[in-house]
Amino acid sequence: MKIQISDQLQSIPPSGIREFFDLVLGMEDIISLGIGEPDFVTPWNICEAGIYALERGFTSYTSNQGIESLRRNISGYLSKRYKIKYDYKDNILITVGTSEGYDLAIRAIVNPGDEVLIPEPCYVSYYQVAKLAGAKPKYIPTKDSNFKLTAEGLSRAITKKSRILVLNYPANPTGVSFKENELKKIAKVVKQHDLIVLSDEIYSELSYDFDHTIFSAIPAMKERTVYINGFSKAYAMTGWRIGYVCGPKDIIQGMNKIHQYTMLCAPIMSQMAASEALLRGESAVKAMNREYIKRRNYVTERLGQLKFDFPYPEGAFYIFASVKHTGLSGKEFSYRLLNEKKVAVVPGVAFGSSENNKDYIRICYTTEFEKLKSALDRIEQFLKG
Amino acid sequence: MKEIIELLEQNAKLSAEDIAKILKRDVKSVKSAIGKLEQKKVILGYKAIINEDRVEGFKPVRAIVEVQVAPKRNLGFDYIAERIYKFPEVKTCYLVSGTYELLLILEGENIHEVSQFVAEKLAPLEGVRGTVTHFYLKKYKEDGVVFAAQSANSRNNITL
Ligand SMILES: Cc1ncc(COP(=O)(O)O)c(C=O)c1O
Repeated sequence: MKIQISDQLQSIPPSGIREFFDLVLGMEDIISLGIGEPDFVTPWNICEAGIYALERGFTSYTSNQGIESLRRNISGYLSKRYKIKYDYKDNILITVGTSEGYDLAIRAIVNPGDEVLIPEPCYVSYYQVAKLAGAKPKYIPTKDSNFKLTAEGLSRAITKKSRILVLNYPANPTGVSFKENELKKIAKVVKQHDLIVLSDEIYSELSYDFDHTIFSAIPAMKERTVYINGFSKAYAMTGWRIGYVCGPKDIIQGMNKIHQYTMLCAPIMSQMAASEALLRGESAVKAMNREYIKRRNYVTERLGQLKFDFPYPEGAFYIFASVKHTGLSGKEFSYRLLNEKKVAVVPGVAFGSSENNKDYIRICYTTEFEKLKSALDRIEQFLKG
Repeated sequence: MKEIIELLEQNAKLSAEDIAKILKRDVKSVKSAIGKLEQKKVILGYKAIINEDRVEGFKPVRAIVEVQVAPKRNLGFDYIAERIYKFPEVKTCYLVSGTYELLLILEGENIHEVSQFVAEKLAPLEGVRGTVTHFYLKKYKEDGVVFAAQSANSRNNITL
């Protein structure tokens, strides 16, 4: 029997770089600069908290909203870090990663045909998840404003149908972030057009050059912002699948309604480990940051010498570099670099429209220094032909 | 200076060029800073971390030795410490607080050689009141480096 998948799903075309992915996944002995997750193992005190939870027999469901003590710890962390108040009862929901947080927020808010504005290049899920929810995702190109959304760019993109703006900073795939005054300008347009903002700040703790500003701390934004965060990146916890969202009570309730039917709750041992991360994870985060900064500096210097053009990455662990000077497209560059020098990078077209991103590649520095260095040596040889 | 020391302490293989890029400084100033650190004996040398379990053939034997000593009038513990640490068999020597005074790490070709050193050279020294010898059986971790080789890598080669 031939089974038809849903029309909704069929409206999402297969990714244009699936083939490239399969090629990379099937190859051994390569140096990969294509891995969007930390190379560190979760800090031991956090692992140990997870193990201890299991030892004590914490293997059950939790409340849908998540363990109260974790919500209290999140509330405490945000209040200490950003002087912002999110009540653990009404404003916080524990999710299975930032990914679930974004999906729930979209589904809780949009009606069919509502526009979701997404600055591009961006993390791959934003567009397709919005589409799956029946919304109309719409890219806002940022290439011409140094890969940062501007108030003007946003104003230009807004129509009567626009409902949601998605922000992500420090950003995947560029590492670019916003300062408070830049966010204020965006906020003004958001308010004017009555948009809701989904702010994915998963890289907030990986902000290297200036203090991170939480979007909901911008005046008048808290009531219209869903703050989405998770433990995957800062605490090197990608496999634990744990995140959280903070926002206005109505939205959080709506999200929890979907969450209770689709997910029930986040894994209990991950929730317990996440509390340890918030309470005693700071020094490990700092140590990992020091390492990322070293690598960021080294890689950007090398790429600069090799005449790559890129917006300066202020956080996360990505560099979005143009390969235009090589005469190759991002895709051609990626294929050839992989085949000829066994170094993997990701073609820029994975992160948005092919038109705007065809000349780019994304480089991750989630690899130990000596390997990074030898990957760059190989890129240098590759350019020399 | 401090940043350069930290970088080299973690990875002595870094070249001046690497360090210059990491710290966003020019190579010349990094080179001269390293030169000064060497000259002032802040940096005493560079060496590799060896996992001896993986070296074929020769494997030295090591022991930690607790040494109870009496301080010498006017000279404190320095006099007896020097008498002891000058032996090449003594790789490490600390003055510590607690139930004994000197903590040594000894190295020799075999157990016999190390025991003999303790019995014939160390214990009879004037001022040494007692020794307790612990032979190393297995090295799990040293100076922050884990030796038991089990680095899990579950990451896929490419993720967005
Ligand atoms: C911007 C962004 N948001 C969300 C995620 C997914 O995070 P999580 O592991 O919390 O679901 C990623 C992972 O790459 C990301 O880059």
